[in-house]
Amino acid sequence: MKKTGISSRLKHVFFSSVLLFLLPGCSDRFVLFDPAGPVAHTEYRFIVLSAILVSLVVIPVLGLLIYIVIRYRDRPGNQAPYQPNWTDSKILEVIWWGIPILIVAILGVFTVRDTYALTRPPTNQKPITIQVVSLDWKWMFLYPDSKIATVNYCEIPTGVPVQFVLTADAPMNSFWVPQLGGQMYTMPGMEMYLWLQADRPGVYDGKGANFTGKGFAHMNFQVVAKPKSEFESWVKKVKASAPALTNEKYNQLVKPSIVNRQSYSSYPTSLYQNIVDKNGGKYWHTNHEHH
Amino acid sequence: MFNQLVGYLREADPLIQMSAVAIVFTLIGIVAALTYYRKWGWLWREWITTVDHKKIGIMYLICALLMLFRGGVDALLMRTQLAFPGMNFLDAQHYNEIFTTHGTIMILFVAMPLLFAMMNIVVPLQIGARDVAFPFLNAVSFWLFFFGALLFNLSFVLGGSPDAGWVSYPPLAELSHSPGPGINYYVLSLQISGIGSIATGINFIVTILKMRAPGMTLMRMPLFTWSVLASCIVIIFAFPAFTVALALLGLDRIAGTHFFTMQHGGNPMMYVNLFWIWGHPEVYIAILPVYGIFSEVVSTFSRKTIFGYKSMVISLMLISVIGYFVWVHHFFTMGAGPGVNSFFSVASMAVGIPTGVKVFNWLFTMFRGRIRLTLPMLWTLAFIPCFAIGGATGVMLAAAPGDYQFHNSYVVIAHFHQTLIGGAVFGLLAGMYYWWPKMFGFKLNETLGKWAFWFFNIGFYVCFMPQYALGLMGMTRRVYTYPAETGWGTLNFVSTIGAYLMGIGFLFIVVQVLYSIRYGERDTTGDPWDGRTLEWSLPSPVPHYNFAQIPTVHGRDAWWEMKQQRKEDSLFSTKELKPIHMPNNSALPFFMGLAFFVAGFGLVFNQFMIATVGLIGVVVCMLWRSLEKDTGHWISVDEIKQMEAS
Repeated sequence: MKKTGISSRLKHVFFSSVLLFLLPGCSDRFVLFDPAGPVAHTEYRFIVLSAILVSLVVIPVLGLLIYIVIRYRDRPGNQAPYQPNWTDSKILEVIWWGIPILIVAILGVFTVRDTYALTRPPTNQKPITIQVVSLDWKWMFLYPDSKIATVNYCEIPTGVPVQFVLTADAPMNSFWVPQLGGQMYTMPGMEMYLWLQADRPGVYDGKGANFTGKGFAHMNFQVVAKPKSEFESWVKKVKASAPALTNEKYNQLVKPSIVNRQSYSSYPTSLYQNIVDKNGGKYWHTNHEHH
Repeated sequence: MFNQLVGYLREADPLIQMSAVAIVFTLIGIVAALTYYRKWGWLWREWITTVDHKKIGIMYLICALLMLFRGGVDALLMRTQLAFPGMNFLDAQHYNEIFTTHGTIMILFVAMPLLFAMMNIVVPLQIGARDVAFPFLNAVSFWLFFFGALLFNLSFVLGGSPDAGWVSYPPLAELSHSPGPGINYYVLSLQISGIGSIATGINFIVTILKMRAPGMTLMRMPLFTWSVLASCIVIIFAFPAFTVALALLGLDRIAGTHFFTMQHGGNPMMYVNLFWIWGHPEVYIAILPVYGIFSEVVSTFSRKTIFGYKSMVISLMLISVIGYFVWVHHFFTMGAGPGVNSFFSVASMAVGIPTGVKVFNWLFTMFRGRIRLTLPMLWTLAFIPCFAIGGATGVMLAAAPGDYQFHNSYVVIAHFHQTLIGGAVFGLLAGMYYWWPKMFGFKLNETLGKWAFWFFNIGFYVCFMPQYALGLMGMTRRVYTYPAETGWGTLNFVSTIGAYLMGIGFLFIVVQVLYSIRYGERDTTGDPWDGRTLEWSLPSPVPHYNFAQIPTVHGRDAWWEMKQQRKEDSLFSTKELKPIHMPNNSALPFFMGLAFFVAGFGLVFNQFMIATVGLIGVVVCMLWRSLEKDTGHWISVDEIKQMEAS
């Protein structure tokens, strides 16, 4: 992660103090503060900015509250002024309508900027596509370029934008790899798109974030990011040594269960489209040809 | 159906079996006690058939506190399961049922009835009215709530609780993935109580707009009444969306339609939208009256008129309007385009503006006042920092780029508990302590109340601050267990300790109430706090016709001004008393609720004969009421004089 300028020093001061308060010595586990790619980094920067902006209101409120309660307590001999009919002040009201409006306006500008930015590929490198299907209660990854498939883990090359195309063959879930970026729902019969990218090699925990019943707590997966050459040799290895994912095997896989990591050298060409279509995607496509 | 129920209980978790036994014994105990003390007639005449807004309010309060106990036990069971990694206290199914019922009960069967309790008890008194606009309808609302809550609570011993979360998103909540009766219970009980809520909304809007005492213009209304008006406007526009969502989900499950499945062209995203079109305004339904309570409490216990009254009114109304344009922030990650997400982000953050203004106005009401640290004021003071942090995290969550990361994590859990407990619960407790003498004629013990206050408050921070950290560590909501490698164990353990501290706080409130019934300071003046609004001009408890004579209002803080000008005697001159016309008690609301209950229970188990009998009962009750001629009675001047003298 690149660190530059005063703002990053400021945010480190800010968050170290928050973390110090919460739990000393465990900061490496705060995955939201440890972005490993440009998408997560944009979101992290935004979170820090919003935390600073809102504390501009919260801290004065806390200070004022303490001061006022101490100074104006109903105690015998309290010399503080008492003005029971002082009920209006144009200047004060303008100040506290104005400050929140200003803060929301500033935050709003950054919100719009980042929300639009996050729909675009994070960098100009040639992207790869991975199709993701959430099942009860496991994650299946299909690589349309190399035709390999994996379950409960996927590998990606570093420095390359990955377009995840998401759907579900089970109740709605949410695909989340905190260190790479925020989430996107997986929904039966529909296709969703999410850009992520890893800049440094590593193993990143991913999880299903939207409740899907009994096995939901176990719907974890891992994203393994490695340099492009290593990624390519991994693809070759899977292609050469793993078994094929047949329709029969998929029909087993789709049944509610909790399974370990799996790799497959190939899968039926129409598998992904069939999954979308049988869950109602056929209606979606006829209604939304332009899509 | 009977075999299904017996089979369910036989195979159920021992915890559920024990609860079933406990329920049976409690019921036997209640019946025996009522019979032994010959209280059946009293219960029927004084409570079950009443249409008096104050008694209906008290019944709402009692039910809400009982439900708070149940929802609280659910919370403790969950926190116990999560205290350590890999715990085996609850299995996945049981945990899923418990977090579903916890959420549903706390929002719909605790927050709603608590605020209905406050509205019922206070609003007519504050505006100088003898009852609400539609007293009979008010009783119908209560019994629909009561039987809806009963139906919902029966689920866990009769057939299994709903287990798809309090949002019950399809397709998980559809028959394909939740075949048992659980989700049917959810759909029907919320539908029944929801009808009651809509009726309450209409009732109070009409009451506030049409029944104010002479001289009480809109801009002289107490802020609590304003806040109830704002809240009721939200109710009547938001609840119908929920009614539609539940009806369509119910049709999907019971009649086999496909509104919310992609099969045959339906779409689950429609449910998600409809749910939150109600669901987010619902939060403001719960929080707006609380703003009103804080305004009353802050002003009374600072001995100062509220600061910036106009701003307070404008901000209440702004929140109730902006509240309709924020619902998408519950699912920024459902694939809407950046334009949509930007709009709903900015709208959601904008709610923070009027809310911030209110906080500053409360602070400046205290500024240059004289602050008395009574129980209602303590809860109000605790609310400000809690809500400031909760509101700040709310703004952070409202912005889509941050929310993509926070969504469905424990950050969300910590945030909304901070606003709903730190806002709604603190506020409703403040209101309960504030108006308790008005309801029952005695004060609640301060010492026990302070113990409750400190246990609950410290417990709150110990419980929920670690949950922000857990969210930042990537812990997702609704997981029933987690492995030790995640490193979430320590903070979860701390959070569980906090939950138990809050539980102890609640027990202190129970002890406080029981102790004070016997030993609490009696309120002989009717104005124990040196109050400012009209309810404090009445004796405690209030006679059932409220005002012997309807007062004439000359300004804001009407009672305070009368006291300042020593005009209170003129309010009670017995010379000009006139007979008062009051509505009759009626058993119909109770039977109508019962009929809805029977219909709902039949539909839960697809027993259409039972459902038909119930629905016929509903229609018969409506016809009966339509054909009733004399629905009121007169109270003579002598009776009024007797009451006022005692």
